[in-house]
Amino acid sequence: MADRKFTPAEAAQRKHDRKRLWIQAGFAALFNGYAAGFAKGKIFTGPAKGVCVPVLNCYSCPGALGACPIGSLQAVAGGKGRSVSFYILGVLMLFGLVFGRLLCGFACPFGWIQDLLSRIPVRRKKVPERIDRPARKLKYVALAAVLVLPAAVSAIKGSAASPYFCKYLCPAGTLEGGIPLLLANANLRAMAGALFTWKALVLAACLAGALFIPRCFCRYLCPLGAFYSLFNRFALYRLTLDRSSCIGCGKCEEVCPMAVRVTQELECSGECIRCGKCKAVCPAGAIENKKIF
Amino acid sequence: MEEKRTLQLRIVVLAVAAAFLAIGLLRGEFSDVLAKAMRICLECIGIG
Repeated sequence: MADRKFTPAEAAQRKHDRKRLWIQAGFAALFNGYAAGFAKGKIFTGPAKGVCVPVLNCYSCPGALGACPIGSLQAVAGGKGRSVSFYILGVLMLFGLVFGRLLCGFACPFGWIQDLLSRIPVRRKKVPERIDRPARKLKYVALAAVLVLPAAVSAIKGSAASPYFCKYLCPAGTLEGGIPLLLANANLRAMAGALFTWKALVLAACLAGALFIPRCFCRYLCPLGAFYSLFNRFALYRLTLDRSSCIGCGKCEEVCPMAVRVTQELECSGECIRCGKCKAVCPAGAIENKKIF
Repeated sequence: MEEKRTLQLRIVVLAVAAAFLAIGLLRGEFSDVLAKAMRICLECIGIG
């Protein structure tokens, strides 16, 4: 059977996708570089673990070298004596200011997993805008819950509160932390019960969702994506559309995994993860990186 | 005009972020995060 011939735009997009997947794999390895942890069923406990990584990466992953910002925000707020973590918020604001959601597109390990799933050839249907647009607001509810709920419950109860997002919703914790630890550690395996079953179902739903709706979790549920989206409009690194060069072919909107209306809202969208697919596929070269400096 | 407002916004966010980071580190939040991250979070992995 003859190989399928790709148009120049398709070939450029495939080349860009491959390059980006390798960069994502590199970041996943960097953030989870403690390989011995996977074999021992234990987590890394060095001082680097106090350093907040700028992506959703569970600190109970056996390989994790740093702290997950969402877990840390809840752990500090839900502990005694503090209602908010200025340290984590400061780190996230700095990263948001410089990169916006570029980190979602290039550095997040769970985003990488979703991108790998979206390469599996299945029939995908576009989510109707009347459902898609309101559903995207769910992630802001998740962010509000992360910022407010542990602190509020802790204040009411007078004792430490759970990290509720991690406990009931975070699929990254189950995939990166729960499954590897349970596979390697019999004591933990014996403790798994109904909560683990629930979290495994949430993970399965997110992975199945990502198969049919690219970046499903990032679009609708990720509180960190919601946080960074607040900075997207004025972040130093941005993509811009030169409207005078745009030929209106719509290829950019066809390939966008976040279903951004590129020709209308690229610069002001909180959803753009700067993955660069639109830039790679644009036959007119109308989309450019806005340089940081 | 738009560029100027964006620049002003960036400067304000940078100042707030730097202040938050400094306050957090001075309050000893790094140790809080380290203490939490050094132990397996049973809730995060779906056990606790």
